[in-house]
Amino acid sequence: MTVETALFFIGAALALGGALGVVLARNPVHSALLLVVTLVAVALFFLLLDAQLVAAVQVIVYAGAIVVLFLFVIMLLGVDREESLHDPVPFQRPAALALGAVLLVEIFVLAGRTWATGASSTRGSIDGQVGGEDLGNVERVARVLFTDFLWAFELTAALLVIAVVGAVVLARRSGQQAELDAADQEIGRQIAEAELEEYEAESPTGVGS
Amino acid sequence: MSVAALEVTANYYLVVGALLFTIGSVGLLLRRNVLVMFMCVELMLNAANLTFVTFARELDDVGGQVIVFFTLVVAAAEVAVGLAIIVAIFRRRRGATADDVHLLRG
Repeated sequence: MTVETALFFIGAALALGGALGVVLARNPVHSALLLVVTLVAVALFFLLLDAQLVAAVQVIVYAGAIVVLFLFVIMLLGVDREESLHDPVPFQRPAALALGAVLLVEIFVLAGRTWATGASSTRGSIDGQVGGEDLGNVERVARVLFTDFLWAFELTAALLVIAVVGAVVLARRSGQQAELDAADQEIGRQIAEAELEEYEAESPTGVGS
Repeated sequence: MSVAALEVTANYYLVVGALLFTIGSVGLLLRRNVLVMFMCVELMLNAANLTFVTFARELDDVGGQVIVFFTLVVAAAEVAVGLAIIVAIFRRRRGATADDVHLLRG
């Protein structure tokens, strides 16, 4: 068994185990930490697939920034308690599992056919000789990113700015906004109470049954 | 085929990608906590990235790796806005469960 084969199976076990853990863990903090396991395992796959730059970015951006953001929000909101298993739609769980199985079969059936690959390597090789220069993976990615995909790259800058402004606007809370929020919360509480009364009126034996 | 001669081909990576995507989508349907649902979306994006990078090596085309950067940017933007929405909802409803917002009103 070669080193690549061994690393692949270790990575596959970690990635799939972590992914199952994300779905099955009752505590959101555990889900976030198991997500890191999956992300690092996928970064290992990227290394095995000769994508060194993508592997580094995966660890820095995903594990370093996105998961930390998740943990911040979990801690900020204090939602690190276990979620209730109360299921308002009784058939949702079996339906979700069945749909997942259908999706998996569908992917395998579609992938089992011959896929249209088109003209190969229009952007150039993932590394190696280009025009007499011996370029590494980082330089290959950079050249394509800043030439062929320059327009898309500039658009992602606009997308990030819009996302940051949107996040600030959504999460901001000025003095006037705080009063409005308090009023909204009061209305929300009244709606919730009305719903509870309605619910109790519908089921005469009470909520717990 | 003996274990010693086992060669990891592109299909192995594609199968792992398909399984990751399926686990993510099932988790999205099963879970009620909005934060965990977001994590499941990240799993699905990662599965797509893995498929892109696998084909980048298979076709020897660096375009597949460049696409991963755009996926990362979209994922980061989605998480930033999504978590801000969760914070805004949480302020009003004191909960981060998908069922809390089924009425589409404050």
